[in-house]
Amino acid sequence: MAKIIVITSGKGGVGKTTTSASFATGLAQRGYKTVVIDFDVGLRNLDLLMNCERRVVYDFINVIKNEATLNQALIKDKRIDNLYILPASQTRDKDALTKEGVEKILQELSATYDYILCDSPAGIEKGALLALYFADEAIIVTNPEVSSVRDSDRILGILQSKSKRAELGKEPIKEHLLLTRYAPDRVERGEMLSVEDVRDILSIPLLGIIPESTSVLSASNEGCPVIWDQSSTAGLAYKDAINRFLGETIEHRFLLPEKKSFLRRMFGGLGA
Amino acid sequence: MITEDTLTIVEPCFQLKGSRLPFTLLELYYYDYAEFNQRLETLVKQAPGFFRETPLVISLEKLDSQHPPIDFIELTEICRAYGVHPIAIKGGSDTQQLTALVAGLPSIPANPTQKLAKLNFDLVNNELPRSGARPAPRQDATRSELDGANIKRPTLATKLITKPVRSGQQIYAANADLVVLAPVSAGAEILADGNIHVYGTLRGRALAGIKGNTDARIFCQCLEAELLSIAGRYKLNDDLRDAHWQMPIQAYLVGTQLRISPLVE
Repeated sequence: MAKIIVITSGKGGVGKTTTSASFATGLAQRGYKTVVIDFDVGLRNLDLLMNCERRVVYDFINVIKNEATLNQALIKDKRIDNLYILPASQTRDKDALTKEGVEKILQELSATYDYILCDSPAGIEKGALLALYFADEAIIVTNPEVSSVRDSDRILGILQSKSKRAELGKEPIKEHLLLTRYAPDRVERGEMLSVEDVRDILSIPLLGIIPESTSVLSASNEGCPVIWDQSSTAGLAYKDAINRFLGETIEHRFLLPEKKSFLRRMFGGLGA
Repeated sequence: MITEDTLTIVEPCFQLKGSRLPFTLLELYYYDYAEFNQRLETLVKQAPGFFRETPLVISLEKLDSQHPPIDFIELTEICRAYGVHPIAIKGGSDTQQLTALVAGLPSIPANPTQKLAKLNFDLVNNELPRSGARPAPRQDATRSELDGANIKRPTLATKLITKPVRSGQQIYAANADLVVLAPVSAGAEILADGNIHVYGTLRGRALAGIKGNTDARIFCQCLEAELLSIAGRYKLNDDLRDAHWQMPIQAYLVGTQLRISPLVE
């Protein structure tokens, strides 16, 4: 039985698709058979970030409508075995998604995969609701600013009330906070919420902190998930997050401004 | 000084009568702050005389039953800014009616005479004086009986919430106290007929004694609320930021005044 993970946030542009691409790649790198589904019907992006846009023939909606089989629609990642992408339709809208259709696909995938990642669209409408409905675990992608935190809080409420697990009164969805675009220097200047601020408001376990990094944008443009770039802080932070997700205990890093971090750690250590 | 004798044939100080007073009905199809504001402004400009200090009943009968809870405090404030005064709502889902009641807008029943008949019946059962002697020695007892007839007193029941109350969630403890052992997020709303205790940070709205229990109180460990209300008397965030912000507090009514003081003096 596969574990179903939704990557969600409420707010747009916080890094859901970037996280989906890197997380799916990271799980596959660790040897798990992984499929990542783009739920953003009508605004297909995941295929671009994973550089498979030219290989899309059939999509998620085709499979729901029985116009193609699952195997016809799944695209195998070129960089790593064990990783498959189910792209969204670019020509349809979210009304083409149905609960029964999504359930049928997830059940079929469940038999052969270890992890199914659902890349949620922004908002709290149909696409987002269906992306989270069947989830076992949720990664809440949040930027350190008030509107993103508020929207994440809203999504957490929806996970607890409108998911299948909530409706059936089963054990609730396991929640993970992933703080992205974190800029320690701006936090220090008081321009950005700190990790503590966000944790205090959302009060869910912290899976990782992805620092703001120029390599994220270049990775998107190249269609290569940033986790492959192990010379970048963002790539390293995603790798840490994967390892934590799989049960390892790893200290959070990239919490302090880069230039000062060594000295600060020294003085912090002496002071303690 | 008034003696017992002088009162023997005095009428009671008021009586309740059925009525069918004509009120302007505002039929709401959906609510959006900006659109509502703009439409009202346009209408008032067209007929300023008509809207001068007019009472208004807001009908929710055409509102979609799935419509999210309307911020009636906000709606009322918009209306008052244009000189119209919402006094009640008509129809609407239970949630909307509850939200409106909290904002001080009671719901007009589908058949008003029925409710009045029931009220009369309650009064008879409680042997309230309809005319004639005012039973001075029984004054206290009568008053508490009247309270019992009109205000649903919270029972000893307590509703316990152990998980964070998230933005957009609404939790209501009917005829009970509400205890929250977690934070209440901004954009969340917690309501109780009795007292409210929040042992996490209170960032959302908390409304105690919403059916009119003026003895209800709100206790919280850390005050960062958007709104506190007891029996319809409320304070907004701006007024809360003054003295006890981010402190453990209790809120209670002194007369009609909502007062906030440290939890431990």
